[in-house]
Amino acid sequence: MARPVITLVGVWVALMVLLATTVGATFSPFGAWKPVINLAVAFAKAGLIFWVFMHVREQRGLARLVAVAFLAWLAILLGLTQADLLTR
Amino acid sequence: MSDYVTLREPYAVSGQQRDADFLGMYLFLGAEGMMFGALFCLAFAYRTVHPQASALAARHMQLWIATANTAILLTSSLFVALAVHAARNGARRVTAAMLGVALALGLAFLGLKGVEYGIDYRDGLMPVIGHPAAVREGPAGLFIDLYFVVTALHALHLTIGLFLLAWTAAVVLARRKRIPAQAVVVEMTGLYWHFVDVVWVFVFPIFYLARG
Repeated sequence: MARPVITLVGVWVALMVLLATTVGATFSPFGAWKPVINLAVAFAKAGLIFWVFMHVREQRGLARLVAVAFLAWLAILLGLTQADLLTR
Repeated sequence: MSDYVTLREPYAVSGQQRDADFLGMYLFLGAEGMMFGALFCLAFAYRTVHPQASALAARHMQLWIATANTAILLTSSLFVALAVHAARNGARRVTAAMLGVALALGLAFLGLKGVEYGIDYRDGLMPVIGHPAAVREGPAGLFIDLYFVVTALHALHLTIGLFLLAWTAAVVLARRKRIPAQAVVVEMTGLYWHFVDVVWVFVFPIFYLARG
């Protein structure tokens, strides 16, 4: 197989392992850490998909920045919403 | 990179046109991400304000169907990525075949989602007239309603993605779009499909895995 194909299949294997990890963690006795693990796995999966499948790694600075800029605004939205709810 | 770009006005060099193609698509998908992100923000707010009720609601969702659907969607993304790779190498039939496999997997996802909605209806989770389940009373009902809004909106995006996959496979196979010169068509369809996958990657833990 050509090298790029091996990379793509490798990413898929990693995604499947991450899926097994997150489902496994749900039935683990980690309690309050479960949401943290589940979200960390989701970001790891999304990161792999963005970086390789969505070609962000092939881009130069500006396009890379545009691809992930929405996360900054979402962080403000989520952060301030939770800050409000948790400090009432 | 210039070997798979057909130069168009107003671009002087292929690299600039290619940057613009990707930049525009990333910007559009970023806007879509903001839309889904606002709904996820609401889900996190429910989970913070009503932790027990949200966990109770999540336990009524079909975790194993959702797990299978996650695997199906991640696999479909692999085949779309392989289609882009084939398109860049000018392999016309391979590109169409890979897009076809991704299309079949997408249809399987929708089919399973339909089965899941059927079970949700039977269990009284749906916000329709009939026999509502006890779990729908109070704040758990809010979380369940949001689950339907988000999954239905995701299914709509996935359906649009299916049409895009079918159209792309057809135009590549019929030589209406020449590859590798116009591989950007496959690349942009691919970006959309992967984005639908990424949205599901977050739907899965935020709703199904919120079991407490």
